[in-house]
Amino acid sequence: MMKFDKDKLILGAAGPVLALVSSFVLTVLVLLATGLDPIEPITLMIDNAAFSDIQVLIVNQTGIYYLAALAVAIGFRMNLFNIGVDGQYRLAAMVSALVGASIELPGPLHILLIVVVAMLTGAFWAGIAGILKTTRGVSEVVSTIMLNAIATSLVAWLILPKNFGFQPEGSNNLTTGEIAESGWFPGIDMGEGNGVIYGFTFVALALGVVYWFVLNRTRFGFDLRATGASETAAQASGVDAKKMVLTSMLISGGLAGLAGMPTLLGESHTYSLDFPVGVGFTAITIALLGRNHPVGIFFAALLFAFLDKASSSLDTEGYPKEITKIMQGIIVIAVVVSYELVRRYGLRRQQQKVGEELAAGGAIKTDKEVSA
Amino acid sequence: MSPWHDNFAPPCPPAPTPSGQGECVINASSPPAVELHGITKRFPGVVANKDIAITVRKGTVHALIGENGAGKSTLMKILYGMQKPDEGTIAVDGEQVTFSSPGDAIARGIGMVHQHFMLADNLTVLENVVLGGEKLYGIGAKARRKIQEISDAYGLGVRPDALVEDLGVADRQRVEILKVLYRGAKILILDEPTAVLVPQEVDALFDNLRELKSEGLTVIFISHKLGEVLKVADDITVIRRGTTVGTADPRTATTKQLAELMVGSELPSPETRESTVTTVPMLKVENLTLVESGVAAAPLTTAAPPDPSKSATVHEEVVGGRKLLDDISLTIHKGEILGIAGVEGNGQTELIETLMGMSTPDAGVISLDGRDISKVSVRKRREGGIGYIPEDRHRHGLLLEAPLWENRILGHVTEAPNSKRGILNPKAARKDTERIVREYDVRTPGIDVTAASLSGGNQQKLIVGREMSHGPKFLIAAHPTRGVDVGAQAQIWDAIRDARREGLAVLLISADLDELIGLSDTLRVMYRGKLVADADPATITPEELGSAMTGAASGHLEGNEEQPEDGDAR
Repeated sequence: MMKFDKDKLILGAAGPVLALVSSFVLTVLVLLATGLDPIEPITLMIDNAAFSDIQVLIVNQTGIYYLAALAVAIGFRMNLFNIGVDGQYRLAAMVSALVGASIELPGPLHILLIVVVAMLTGAFWAGIAGILKTTRGVSEVVSTIMLNAIATSLVAWLILPKNFGFQPEGSNNLTTGEIAESGWFPGIDMGEGNGVIYGFTFVALALGVVYWFVLNRTRFGFDLRATGASETAAQASGVDAKKMVLTSMLISGGLAGLAGMPTLLGESHTYSLDFPVGVGFTAITIALLGRNHPVGIFFAALLFAFLDKASSSLDTEGYPKEITKIMQGIIVIAVVVSYELVRRYGLRRQQQKVGEELAAGGAIKTDKEVSA
Repeated sequence: MSPWHDNFAPPCPPAPTPSGQGECVINASSPPAVELHGITKRFPGVVANKDIAITVRKGTVHALIGENGAGKSTLMKILYGMQKPDEGTIAVDGEQVTFSSPGDAIARGIGMVHQHFMLADNLTVLENVVLGGEKLYGIGAKARRKIQEISDAYGLGVRPDALVEDLGVADRQRVEILKVLYRGAKILILDEPTAVLVPQEVDALFDNLRELKSEGLTVIFISHKLGEVLKVADDITVIRRGTTVGTADPRTATTKQLAELMVGSELPSPETRESTVTTVPMLKVENLTLVESGVAAAPLTTAAPPDPSKSATVHEEVVGGRKLLDDISLTIHKGEILGIAGVEGNGQTELIETLMGMSTPDAGVISLDGRDISKVSVRKRREGGIGYIPEDRHRHGLLLEAPLWENRILGHVTEAPNSKRGILNPKAARKDTERIVREYDVRTPGIDVTAASLSGGNQQKLIVGREMSHGPKFLIAAHPTRGVDVGAQAQIWDAIRDARREGLAVLLISADLDELIGLSDTLRVMYRGKLVADADPATITPEELGSAMTGAASGHLEGNEEQPEDGDAR
């Protein structure tokens, strides 16, 4: 049976490779069309990535993307399109920062409280979409997009100084106040000037393992995947589809809530107007590119973090760093197209191979044949 | 003398005289209507048709028989221009042709009546017929005249202004035939036309076909029902594994001989030998009622007239909506197979879904082995011993893109050996999948291939094996052998019979009346959501059952009183 496994692996890799190669080629074409040297920006980025401080930035960004992409991926695995990860992430970061700044607890408890609040907030926000879907049949695509917009307004209102926000002296920024040091997640200091790797990055990677285990080794994960593969078959098999939709929305939202934690607990220690946005949208691409598989998502997150962080000095060299945005955008399209192509090809190929093997008498020996 | 030739030979019957059934083509001056020669069609990995040779004489009904998957449909698609052959020639009326689309075939006078009707329900017959053929006779009075003319000429009895949605299956089929004739077809291909008909309707269809034949038209009739083929065909060509294995003369061939030629071995029979029915009730359903949901409170006119005495006592909460299940009561005992006959769409699907717990009944009680399960979830019902062979295995029975061993877990994820305390046990599940593959003769190169890559019969054997592996007390078998080749059919019947011997109660729903009669211990007829009649499978004929299925008969079919009313032995 090794042959099929190897096939599976090759086909599994073919999608991302095809997507990346084609988006790379298209990006080069875009650069050529605008009269720029297509190769130099890329070598510049690779050179950039050799610096330790950039590497730390990339690793930290990878952790953030990884969490957000896991949140998207768990929805994808059961055909739920949680586009609201970004809103869930921002609202959760904001609320947990507020709670974290208002209370002081012994170290681990303080961190735990902030993390739990973030998860609950994210889950609550996603749960609204889940309940709308299960009770009223509202598409989660529509409701989560709208909830993103609502989250934006809600955060903007909550952070007003007359509500919960603070305006630091001599600054236009608004924050939720500084979290006491007991609520900081320890990181790994990479030396003078190189920065600190967020400790929460390792939590993110550990969650990747949990994600894999839950999906592939538990009844719940099987039910979830079955629902994603065929809702009708899952229902006939005894899965309560509504409960499943709500549960996975809650989990997805909870994970989305965690995506803000590396930044909040590791660096900013407050939620402010310049807290990174758009993480949830990039995560959709990453989950797609990583085929919803924890290892795939890791590499996709790493790639996107690289594109983000290594492109920072392109501007000074005369290249617009937006070319990485173009590349990311093209990857989205290329991913969707190439995965579908590979999926169809794989299915046809397997049917063919099974046909051939059977014709060649390669079937597992069955009792009927043995006795015959 | 053998009634067929082992290699393809001229369709001129070797036996004595062609008694008025049309002359032998070799001597006739007119060329054959269709002549296929050396047709080969390869699909990636499989050869669907190999060196096929068929000669269809003008003005005859030519039957093309073969098992499911033998390559009949592919061949007809080639003839109808839907697919191009890789090799071989097609000649129509003696002239060699190549078709690149059905349009080409239609222009050559070839028409096809598909197994699944292609009609717009909300349009009238006239509108459906002219749709896409507006250029022929317009859409007005001329078209109507033409339709009437065709209808009268061939005795189709079609009413041009009837709405298609109001027509029954047989009438719709006649509309399809008319549609083809309207476009000037001289050669009609009918793909499994009898699959959807009850026996009486089949006879009527055959009368129509004879009418067409006598008017000089040629009919190619695809089927795997041998009795019917012998009744109506003038010539028979048998296809096995993608190639023509012989021709037969319907006047001398028997169904047994045809079957052997078709399968290459003896045809299995669904006959259940000894009775294993006990007196211990396993499944008991009382007054089960399900009302169509999403319907406004206004009762539909098509709803069965309410029986005031019953509705007052049993289901007072039921308001409006069509009753999909109307006061169903039945009991299935240990070791009993209860067959439900009925034209599809009369509530069988709803009955299954209600028994499985996928639909919630509006009234009634379901109990399994003495325990009320009316309010129990699907999963708990499965754990409680209900096995389920769904009517649509792709929608309800399999995860097509998942490997076989994951499909083995589907529906039994909470049960051994698949999992323990919430954690899956892939190793044990895989091992057990291998056992199922072995014991149920699932032809596959391994258990890591996707379910989609297996043939229908092998998919079904996997499902049967899976459902039987958890010691079910009660099995719902909906069309267990639909789309399954003859070999697999026999194995599935065997599996059901074996389990029945060990005390399994089975609810069998099937459109194949031979299967129903052969396998069942008790028969009930379902019509418009009601169980309208019951019958003893030992004495009933498919024809009698057929008339009950159309609602023409009710109560206890046949007068053998000594048989007590099965389910109501309370």
